[in-house]
Amino acid sequence: MTSHMTRDEMTAIVREELTNVAPDLADETIPIDADLREEFDLDSMDFLNWITALHKRLGVDIPELDYPQLTSLGAAADYLLRATDRTKSS
Amino acid sequence: MSDVYRMPSLGSDMEAGTLIEWARQPGEKLAKGDTIAVVETQKGAIEVEVFQDAVMGKPLINIGDKVPVGTPMAELEPIGAAETKAPRRSGREAGTEIEDDERAAGSPAPPAPDQPQPARAAPEPTPTRQRASPAARRLAEAEGIDLARLTGTGPDGAIVLADVQAAAPRHAEQPPSAPERPPPRAGLDLAAMRQAIAAAMTRSKREIPHYYLAEDIDLTTATDWLARRNADLPPDRRLLMGALFIKAVALTLRRFPELNGFDRDGRFEPSAAIHVGAATAIRGGGLVAPAIHDADRLDLDALMAHLRDLVGRVRGGGLRASELADPTITVSSLGERGVDRLYAIIYPPQVAIVGFGTPRARPWIIDDAVVVRTVVSATLAADHRHSDGHRGALFLARLAQRLQDPDTL
Repeated sequence: MTSHMTRDEMTAIVREELTNVAPDLADETIPIDADLREEFDLDSMDFLNWITALHKRLGVDIPELDYPQLTSLGAAADYLLRATDRTKSS
Repeated sequence: MSDVYRMPSLGSDMEAGTLIEWARQPGEKLAKGDTIAVVETQKGAIEVEVFQDAVMGKPLINIGDKVPVGTPMAELEPIGAAETKAPRRSGREAGTEIEDDERAAGSPAPPAPDQPQPARAAPEPTPTRQRASPAARRLAEAEGIDLARLTGTGPDGAIVLADVQAAAPRHAEQPPSAPERPPPRAGLDLAAMRQAIAAAMTRSKREIPHYYLAEDIDLTTATDWLARRNADLPPDRRLLMGALFIKAVALTLRRFPELNGFDRDGRFEPSAAIHVGAATAIRGGGLVAPAIHDADRLDLDALMAHLRDLVGRVRGGGLRASELADPTITVSSLGERGVDRLYAIIYPPQVAIVGFGTPRARPWIIDDAVVVRTVVSATLAADHRHSDGHRGALFLARLAQRLQDPDTL
């Protein structure tokens, strides 16, 4: 399902799941490198719900210790691309 | 003998509500706690529930009517008695009533003769019955915009402030969403919410003699406990520190009944149940504090699930009336991106509110040595008419102890 996904495709998934958990951000233009917590006021519950949705959709584990690597849409896409590669190769 | 369903009060600051839609048609059964209607209030579109098993009877007000708290909205028939007497009003279904321009001709028609005259609020600013939020109506009136011309983006096509702003000449050149202020969410009128907060907080500061206490709490044990617990769990079962705070407050309150309940005209009405309002900030401004019912009796997983659900519905809509009306105390937690301390204002008619600042690494003294620990500052604001600082201090001290032993939460 996630084999050879491009960064753009992953970014689209990440963005879609974000607006699912925070529908009030649906009309926002969120730059790919914007800090979601600082610039878009994502609180810890929004963040956890987002991680939960990404985990369910992509089947990758996202431990709490890795949360700091998912600060923006782009960073999250990169992290998840790496994680899906790991899942496939293991 | 039929009963009536009245416009419920969703908080001491609510004076009136506007009927947006019926959730049930006449003749349909309602179990206690079922949603009977959706009402627009200053806190957005709220699902209001019945307090007994009943059968939906004749509606007594129309979609779009704004009526004061306590106004009969619909008849309720006892279970079993309704099949024969359920009047269906002119065959209209709930979904089509929205577009129904009952009084589109320009002159408001008198209520149908068989309907008791509901106590109506101020005359509607527009002659049509297009559904719209109060703020949208005000702006439309000010700008001379005909609401019937607009397409609503609110729930079931209701017109919200943003729709009118988009149509207003002076706003025409603005981009649809200015970056510094997100557009109002469907069914949520931030301007009206601002007014509701203003009214409640003004009343609180005018009437409630607050006293304030603060205590720094070593949160290292709880933080480590949480990290260990979450490390083995998938994201949907992880806990947030906010859930521990709410549970610890709820359990501690059992020994401090004078902080849990309501002020009724200067007299204290304690509450046996502990319903903790979880203050939740809304992006773009405003906040709501819907209740987690019986928080002291929920295990942490269940409490966390409720909290997730509540925050989801604050974001996406669908808060229920009972959740807004009946918190017996409020907990306000700044989370990870706040400041050290939060001195909260009591939400009347409650008599206390607990605030948690942002947990941070701070110097701490253990056995005459300075060490680095994760510390949170907890504050209590309480109503001095009903409790004293001595008891409040004991409450905070006991709360601090509770948080040292997360296994007992």
